[in-house]
Amino acid sequence: MDKQRRKFLKIAGASVVAGIGAPAVIKLTSTPALASGHGTPPAHGEAPAHGHGSSEEEAPKGVRLGMVIDLRKLHAQPELMDNAIEACIEAHNIPQLSEEKIKQEVKWIWKMPFNNVFTDYSAYHVSKKVTEHPAVALCNHCDDPPCVRACPTQATFKSKVNGIVGMDFHRCIGCRFCMAACPYGARSFNWQDPRPYIKKYNPDFPSRMKGVVEKCNFCGERLALGKEPACVEACGGSGAIVFGDLNDPKSELRAILDKEFTIQRKPTLGTKPSVFYIV
Amino acid sequence: MYNKGTIIPGLILFVLFVTFPIWANGLMTAGDLPKPELPPGGEKQCVMPAEYMRANHMQLLNEWRDNVLRDGNREILEIGGKKYPKGLQMACLQCHSEKEKFCDSCHTYAAVEPYCWDCHLTPKEAGSKEAIH
Repeated sequence: MDKQRRKFLKIAGASVVAGIGAPAVIKLTSTPALASGHGTPPAHGEAPAHGHGSSEEEAPKGVRLGMVIDLRKLHAQPELMDNAIEACIEAHNIPQLSEEKIKQEVKWIWKMPFNNVFTDYSAYHVSKKVTEHPAVALCNHCDDPPCVRACPTQATFKSKVNGIVGMDFHRCIGCRFCMAACPYGARSFNWQDPRPYIKKYNPDFPSRMKGVVEKCNFCGERLALGKEPACVEACGGSGAIVFGDLNDPKSELRAILDKEFTIQRKPTLGTKPSVFYIV
Repeated sequence: MYNKGTIIPGLILFVLFVTFPIWANGLMTAGDLPKPELPPGGEKQCVMPAEYMRANHMQLLNEWRDNVLRDGNREILEIGGKKYPKGLQMACLQCHSEKEKFCDSCHTYAAVEPYCWDCHLTPKEAGSKEAIH
């Protein structure tokens, strides 16, 4: 009896040591191999080693749809901004909530004061044209979208085809993690059935249901038909909003980006927004 | 067997009682099979044969949904010279314009409540508020 117990304790002790020690040994010995085997960077380029994201060149891979918003032109013709917002509302069956329910409003593209849109930029002694007119904001369709990381059901995702940060409303469970994750406030939650608040129906697009998050989809459904996004179309030929492929060096968008000085919203966060502004 | 006279009739009654929902529905109420109304426009052709659609329309719709939203493949199908953009509102309801007389007839019979209509607009619903386009 004594002998057996002694033997048992020895084996048990050795097993515990081996159990605790083995993973550590494996981890230590295999790390260099892992690093060399999986050292390839992800498709759209690693976070830049220096600087704060936006100034870095990104590896152009595939199509990355983007936008340049010329606030100078929008300020010169204020009705353009209203037209663009109205066109979006009509195209996507967006509910219009009354003033007392403004906290539950649903917005895809909307007006905001310059200071609220560009919180990173000092508004101290800033030009009058910037403070007197509202700026316009929408989903930035980030290259590294935080909302996609937060979504537990992959209801929101970045399209591999064109870089649009899309939503699959069928899959959204309404947890609103994406809303907490989005630094731009580009996402809205349906606190009630939106249908009574939709003014006109577009029969080619669905509405949403209570408990679903929604946001700008860069008019994926219109692009498929060879049309421009509704807001771009609403601005007509004014060039106030230009849409195109950021990865195509010959696109009109790139020509503007090369020529004009543009800013992005909160570039320091490293989300790499695809929407640029000329102020 | 003891008490044969009570046990056997009792068992028969018990079996009849337990299977009541089956034979009662089978014999009495389930007589009228649903007759979904064909498209009012008289279209005879669909994206797939009627047999396939009857059994698998829900899988096809899910496939279209994943194609369009997730894979960004919004390719417009052309079948028999007619173009079908993938989508419940854009393809199906263009011909089957009366959801109440087509979709609902079977769904009600089978007691299924698909959640399509929580978001997707039926032509009737869409027409209720002045449509654009």
